[in-house]
Amino acid sequence: MSFPLLTATAALPALGAIATAAVPAARRTMAKWLALIVSLATLVLAAIVLVRFDPAGDRYQLTESRAWIADFGVRYELGVDGIAVALIALTALLIPFVILAGWHDADPLETGNTRWRPTQGFFALILAVEAMVIISFEATDVFLFYIFFEAMLIPMYFLIGGFGDRAHEHGEETASTQRSYAAVKFLLYNLVGGLIMLAAVIGLYVVAGNFSLTEIAEARANGSLDMATNTERWLFLGFFFAFAVKAPLWPLHTWLPNAMGEATTPVAVLITAVVDKVGTFAMLRFCLQLFPEASKWATPVILVLALISIIYGALLAVGQRDIKRLVAYASISHFGFIILGIFAMTSQGQSGATLYMVNHGISTAALMLVAGFLISRRGSRLIADYGGVQKVAPVLAGTFLIGGLATLSLPGLAPFVSEFLVLVGTYARYPVVGIIATFGIVLAALYVLVLYQRTMTGPVKPEVAEMPDLRVRELVVVTPLIVLLIFLGVYPKPLTDIVNPAVKQTMSDVQKKDPQPEVEAAK
Amino acid sequence: MNPVNYLYLAALLFTIGATGVLIRRNAIVVFMCVELMLNACNLAFVTFSRMHGNLDGQVIAFFTMVVAAAEVVVGLAIIVSLFRSRHSASVDDASLMKL
Amino acid sequence: MENLIALLVAAPLLGAVVLLCGGRRLDAVGHWIGTALAACSFVIGVVLFVDMLGKDAEHRALMQHLFSWIPVEGFQADVAFQLDQLSMTFVLLISGVGSLIHVYSIGYMEHDERRRRFFGYLNLFLAAMLMLVLADNYLLLYVGWEGVGLASYLLIGFWQHKPSAATAAKKAFLVNRVGDMGLSIAIMLMFTTFGTFAFGPVLEATGETSEGKLTAIALMLLLAACGKSAQVPLQSWLGDAMEGPTPVSALIHAATMVTAGVYLIVRSGEIFNAAPDAQLVVTVVGAVTLLFGAIVGCAKDDIKKALAGSTMSQIGYMILAAGLGPIGYVFAIMHLVTHGFFKAGLFLGAGSVMHGMNDEVDMRKYGGLRTYMPVTFVTFGLGYLAIIGFPGLSGFFSKDKIIEAAFAKGGTEGWILGGVALLGAAITAYYMTRVMLMTFFGEKRWQPDENGNEPHPHESPRSMTIPMIVLAFGSVFAGGIFAIGDRFLHWLEPVTEHAHGHPPVSALTVTLATMVVLVIGAGTAYVQYGRRPMPVVAPRGSLLTRAARRDLLQDDFNHVVLVRGGEHLTRSLVYVDHTLVDGVVNGTAASMGGLSGRLRKLQNGYARSYAVSMFGGVAILIAATLLMRAV
Repeated sequence: MSFPLLTATAALPALGAIATAAVPAARRTMAKWLALIVSLATLVLAAIVLVRFDPAGDRYQLTESRAWIADFGVRYELGVDGIAVALIALTALLIPFVILAGWHDADPLETGNTRWRPTQGFFALILAVEAMVIISFEATDVFLFYIFFEAMLIPMYFLIGGFGDRAHEHGEETASTQRSYAAVKFLLYNLVGGLIMLAAVIGLYVVAGNFSLTEIAEARANGSLDMATNTERWLFLGFFFAFAVKAPLWPLHTWLPNAMGEATTPVAVLITAVVDKVGTFAMLRFCLQLFPEASKWATPVILVLALISIIYGALLAVGQRDIKRLVAYASISHFGFIILGIFAMTSQGQSGATLYMVNHGISTAALMLVAGFLISRRGSRLIADYGGVQKVAPVLAGTFLIGGLATLSLPGLAPFVSEFLVLVGTYARYPVVGIIATFGIVLAALYVLVLYQRTMTGPVKPEVAEMPDLRVRELVVVTPLIVLLIFLGVYPKPLTDIVNPAVKQTMSDVQKKDPQPEVEAAK
Repeated sequence: MNPVNYLYLAALLFTIGATGVLIRRNAIVVFMCVELMLNACNLAFVTFSRMHGNLDGQVIAFFTMVVAAAEVVVGLAIIVSLFRSRHSASVDDASLMKL
Repeated sequence: MENLIALLVAAPLLGAVVLLCGGRRLDAVGHWIGTALAACSFVIGVVLFVDMLGKDAEHRALMQHLFSWIPVEGFQADVAFQLDQLSMTFVLLISGVGSLIHVYSIGYMEHDERRRRFFGYLNLFLAAMLMLVLADNYLLLYVGWEGVGLASYLLIGFWQHKPSAATAAKKAFLVNRVGDMGLSIAIMLMFTTFGTFAFGPVLEATGETSEGKLTAIALMLLLAACGKSAQVPLQSWLGDAMEGPTPVSALIHAATMVTAGVYLIVRSGEIFNAAPDAQLVVTVVGAVTLLFGAIVGCAKDDIKKALAGSTMSQIGYMILAAGLGPIGYVFAIMHLVTHGFFKAGLFLGAGSVMHGMNDEVDMRKYGGLRTYMPVTFVTFGLGYLAIIGFPGLSGFFSKDKIIEAAFAKGGTEGWILGGVALLGAAITAYYMTRVMLMTFFGEKRWQPDENGNEPHPHESPRSMTIPMIVLAFGSVFAGGIFAIGDRFLHWLEPVTEHAHGHPPVSALTVTLATMVVLVIGAGTAYVQYGRRPMPVVAPRGSLLTRAARRDLLQDDFNHVVLVRGGEHLTRSLVYVDHTLVDGVVNGTAASMGGLSGRLRKLQNGYARSYAVSMFGGVAILIAATLLMRAV
């Protein structure tokens, strides 16, 4: 058997997490460097996965399969398709930046206490999340996926509840209350989703007799596994609910603004750019593949919910007074686009949705991390506390603007490609939905530009007059993300080449064909 | 005599016992009423045994008596220790079992 | 030769990247780099132009395919350029006027500490604008389209420390985004109809689909054009955009970017030709804007805003011409080019005046400047004569043709459109004469400001006057060069088609009528402003004047309906999200808590009440069992 590359990619950050946690209290800096090196090594492994993956090859590649819980037919099965490869690459890429951006976020307030090791814990938890996210992308066994899908909540809970912004406008005590509220809310929402999914997972086992995604999908495709229509629908809803909470889809979204608002910015990036992607990814991989008929049955409702997410998220973003919550609502709007693309069931829509996951990860990371640098300078998350920053910190303002422009999908930057594909793909099948979704691009311009205007332009507020511009560490974080945004906006071909075959497979799973252009259909 | 009459008697005794359990406060009296209910059941068992012509009911009746004797030992011990700590044998005074 | 096309875009793009990322090191030389790269683009453009002239009229178009941009199943978007006569015209206009304005800005922005960045933005604009006119498909055009929007945003808001500039920039971007939505939808419609959005295949296949589809596409394209070209109802941003530095107003908001809408319509000519209903809407939009802009231009005391109203109105002429179909396309573009010269010249003149007047923009505080700034006066004056259509100057040839074509539309429509165009010409003469009189004639009206600084009007440096002189030459001669012998027509005809209209009145009559209204307009202005002293504080004015000063109340409408309404909507949605959506979840949690609190009371600790519930339960069980038996 060849070298288990996929296992290694997930195991490396897991081991790194344990090692980081074990670093003695006094050696904080060592823990940071260890975490950074581990995350970079994981990036190297992910790059190897990317290179070894052959877009023209089998659907699932680099597969691994071992017996695990034989009595229940649970196997340790891993394999990646183009979509998973792209998302693993995204995850591995973002984590080093998250770690670097949060370099000082978990420094202990007083250094006297030798038993208290928040720094080690912070970075270990981030690596643990990375490991679980990566293995969720790799798992082709439903039960295996479920375990890590749920287990992810544990480190996330501690990351949200345990670490917050250093300075807080209402004092540390209120901050701590709000943090634990946000963390509990996050946990409860996702647990409820997870429990419903567990019921559906068990139901799937009862119907299918095993947990292997490939086997069940194959049996469904060749007709040897027949599901009653209602059974399929209930199982679909069970899975979808969990993913819709994670994604998050309106009206299950309210945990996200709280969690993103209260967590430190690197953790907020982790939530929206990485962890939430598991939800949308799982819709593509599990919902569409296992329950193609039910997916089509639920499409109208899901499209409407996605549409509401797009418009509603954007409108709420306009109304926010808190920078981080604004980005959170913007993300809700973007997740609406992703889900719209997935369920439009056209090649353009699904390719667009997959690209969207990657591009949204990068663009939100860029915007949010710069916002974090801004917030750490002034110690406030309120938009009204800023003004005229571009005068004193032009580089910070410039990178913030580029992050914002990416968020509003300016052509030439990566998110435009994906957003346009989603819109075209949706329009091709559902013209009205496509047109309504297009309003999202105007609203996106509104919330981004209002945010930029209020924080960066105008007369310089006395509180920000002494604000330093971006430091070297911060530039190291932001520059590669911006370069990547531009590169993928101008030349997304490397990404589309990987994603296209996988999308083609998914389209054949749901047995849908792209609508023909009118002129060709007439011929 | 018609064995059904014994069943009526058993039902009557059970009802008296149950009512006593519900309305009396003195732990000793409640306890006696519980015994009354047990014995009413015993009577019913024996009657059924006779009516159906097998010994199962009588076996159960003996079994019940043994359990009841054991229960009296434990129950009286509890009542005595309760009386010692609270200086009352009222069941309502021992209302600590609540949230 | 075709490999040079990408360089047209690449040169200014390189400039933008170098200048914006280069940091303070480049402060000293930044403006030279920017200007050199803009000029480089112009030189390449001229080389390509000369090469093109050497070829057969039918074989002049060049294509350059760079790479496949978004390859997705069933969806093909390429980065590919197309250079035909139409694009060539724009390339020369954009890079030519662009280079001149770069030169002008060297002097104009001399004292601005962020001059390097200004040139970076200007280069970015040139790159995006060239991409817009060179793209061979609508999606790539869209990139340029939003790229110029971004550059315009950055440049309007260049003095970001002024809240008014920041707001104007945001407004421009947002209004443009509404238009961009139209372009997005148009591209989606093309994709579902034709399966592609490259110019060639789409425009060839217009015959194969229904008129309804084409009308929808055309109207969406018109929406896009309205946004970018400041046409009613999306015109409100242009006046505010004058917050930007004056060279920006000249280049972006007069000569090039705002004419992109005209380009879009002319480029998509085949679609519009097949959708007469949409064409009618285009002409109506053009005619309405033409009057709207002219009326606003009459009332403004801010020299740049008066010119902005004029820009709006002149683009209205172009849109009107483009809406006339093949009889108007060539003239729309011709007017666009001549307008590029004289309007850029006028704006640069206005900038020169402001430069000498401590950035004062209120014309009521100018007066008698002709003796202080002779070069500015002469170049501005030539631009003035050109725009009102003085015989022999550029505007005369191009505007006259449009009015003629409007009459040639035929029927009642033709009479109405022609009449509106004539009326517009009269108002143009009126407001431009007013600007001229208020600025350069009469008594001097400036006073020391509150700090006691009195402006000392002086002629601008050479770097500013030379571009003005060059543009003045263009304003004077371009029209004649284009129109005499129908040179421009023959040049563009292979791309845009041309049909000769049949005006109900002779061309000479139209020309004469134009002359008459010109004299009436200019005369009225002279009577009103030339013969009596100008009050320094604006009089209250009639109802129409007051409305026109407020952009015919459109901003007030937007404010009340869109801004206020939007604020209320978002605020109530924030409330709804907090109380309702979140409330449902939190409410479920709270009611669970409440319910268990109630249930807890049952656990009262009294052994006898437990006994009662036991008896009750047993009784119910027995009763249920018996009932089941009975049933």
